[in-house]
Amino acid sequence: MLKFLLSRLLTFVPTFFGVTLISFAFIRVLPGDPILVMAGERGMTEERYQALQEQFGFDRPLIEQYIEYLGGVLQGNLGESFVTKRPVWDEFFSLFPATLELSICAMVFALVLGLPAGVIAAVNRGKLFDRALMSTALVGYSMPIFWWALLLIIVFSGNLGWTPVSGRISLQYFFDDVTGFMLIDSALSGQKGAFGSAVQHLILPAIVLGTIPLAVIARQTRSAMLEVLGEDYIRTARAKGLPPQRVVGLHALRNAMIPVVTVIGLSVGTLLAGAILTETIFSWPGIGKWMVDSIFRRDYPVVQGGLLLIAVMVMIVNLTVDVLYGFINPKIRKA
Amino acid sequence: MALLEIRNLSVDFETTSGRFRAVDGFDLTMEPGGITAVVGESGSGKSVSFLALMGLLPWTATVTADRLMFDGTDLRQASRAQRRRIIGKDMSMIFQEPMSSLNPCFTVGFQIKEALRQHLGLDRKARQARAVELFEQVGIPAPEQRLKAFPHQLSGGMNQRVMIAMAIACKPKLLIADEPTTALDVTIQAQILELLTSLQGETGMALVLITHDMGVVAETAEQVSVQYAGQKVEQQEVRALFATPHHPYTAALLQALPERATSKHLPTIPGVVPGQFDRPAGCLFSPRCAYADDRCRAVPPPVLGPDLGLARCHYPLNTQAEEQA
Repeated sequence: MLKFLLSRLLTFVPTFFGVTLISFAFIRVLPGDPILVMAGERGMTEERYQALQEQFGFDRPLIEQYIEYLGGVLQGNLGESFVTKRPVWDEFFSLFPATLELSICAMVFALVLGLPAGVIAAVNRGKLFDRALMSTALVGYSMPIFWWALLLIIVFSGNLGWTPVSGRISLQYFFDDVTGFMLIDSALSGQKGAFGSAVQHLILPAIVLGTIPLAVIARQTRSAMLEVLGEDYIRTARAKGLPPQRVVGLHALRNAMIPVVTVIGLSVGTLLAGAILTETIFSWPGIGKWMVDSIFRRDYPVVQGGLLLIAVMVMIVNLTVDVLYGFINPKIRKA
Repeated sequence: MALLEIRNLSVDFETTSGRFRAVDGFDLTMEPGGITAVVGESGSGKSVSFLALMGLLPWTATVTADRLMFDGTDLRQASRAQRRRIIGKDMSMIFQEPMSSLNPCFTVGFQIKEALRQHLGLDRKARQARAVELFEQVGIPAPEQRLKAFPHQLSGGMNQRVMIAMAIACKPKLLIADEPTTALDVTIQAQILELLTSLQGETGMALVLITHDMGVVAETAEQVSVQYAGQKVEQQEVRALFATPHHPYTAALLQALPERATSKHLPTIPGVVPGQFDRPAGCLFSPRCAYADDRCRAVPPPVLGPDLGLARCHYPLNTQAEEQA
């Protein structure tokens, strides 16, 4: 197991450097100049511009800038935001819990609906439920996230008035961050209605963000189940006289989970990407919105550092999935 | 009272190109403790007949029978829940591919104990004790450790022993072994057959051995039923069948045994079992039969009397008239 972990960690090294290089190059390829953005409409004198160029080191060759950046990264220093002057590291971790909370809730939503739906569709293959579910999943998968979000906002926030349009919690509640997770903090605060307000704020963004993973998980579960249900060992399980719930829910599902876990792991990357749109639409103060704002401000250190940290998060999730894989699939546990 | 009585069992499959009759009027009667071999080529409907009996066919299959009695229960009338109480307990089955017949995600111990809990309601300790006992009974060394193994950690022969242990876990009255040795090495084949017959002797259960290996039949069975293209073409006591086969198909199968070869080249039966689209009008074996004439090709043959091995043939071999002549 240790050897497996180490060998996986080793593959992180090239990925890590690749991400630093791409994020560094990517933001600089975009037209626009961070100093001019900072100056705004007032503009600035030539001397002031030169001085700032020198201060940020933009006058030096790119390769030199990159090596300096990389040197900082390796020492755990991601730089400071041009705009807020706060370290990127601190900003990231003050915003990350909001994104994490949203992603977890989106994933739970996707799993709780997607797994049973896929299983039921597989068992009732070709029947009405199966067809309806698979067409719905296709629609869910192909729907543009921002459009889906606006649709939900119009119906549930606009017409029905059931949910708020944006933010994490109603302004009337105020309490200190304990965990950074609004659901937990609001419950801990003991203020009446705080938790309910947090849930109301969370529900639409979580549904929007969870829609694509939900569609993918439902479809993957169905196809994996269909394959597994035709296996010899399912016949053996039935030949033992086991009830269908046990044959399907234990013997088949356990095997079908192997490909599904892979898809879940891959969806986490999609979640973080999707979070950028979802957070922007719902004004959710997470890293997605932070990244978008920073790109518009050409805040180089934030974009570079943010991308890098997101990439590292995805890598960690994938590693976790690989380890989980071993628990689910005994065949590769010793490999 | 017979343990198992099957009369006129037919199985049809709904396929995209129409109905396909995989089993056509299968009959079988078994007494408690008997050993019957069901012989036939691939595609002759051997497995399907017994999967139908167990209720394990996919939903595309339609099963009909005039009589389907097991141990006093009419399986045609039984609800799914009632059938589940019978299969895996009083009537159990082992399959051709031991490696794929065990669930790769669970230890073999878990899979055996599951049956014990389902049917006998044993507690954890009793399940462990019984599982160890079963592993010893089927000749698996170091049972405590083996119970913790996953199927992929055991050999094919070991896995088949696990399957057998699982099948006999609840002391069944009938064990159906569907080509239990086909996927195994020759040396292991003999061991598994010996195990099955010795278990049959110890426990007094009835045994159905589905096989296409006449050598296996000669060594183990008491009664032999020969299947061809979904039909039973002959049934006899084993020695009588080997001595005086009445159906040309049986005779041809016996001729193809290496032990009986008289020339350097083994005799074969030309052609293959007819499928969905090339079913002949008359006798199903007529296109491959050395004795067939126009009558065989046009008129389905009758089922003859017990003295002629219930052979489904217009021109049975080894009749008494022949012998006297």
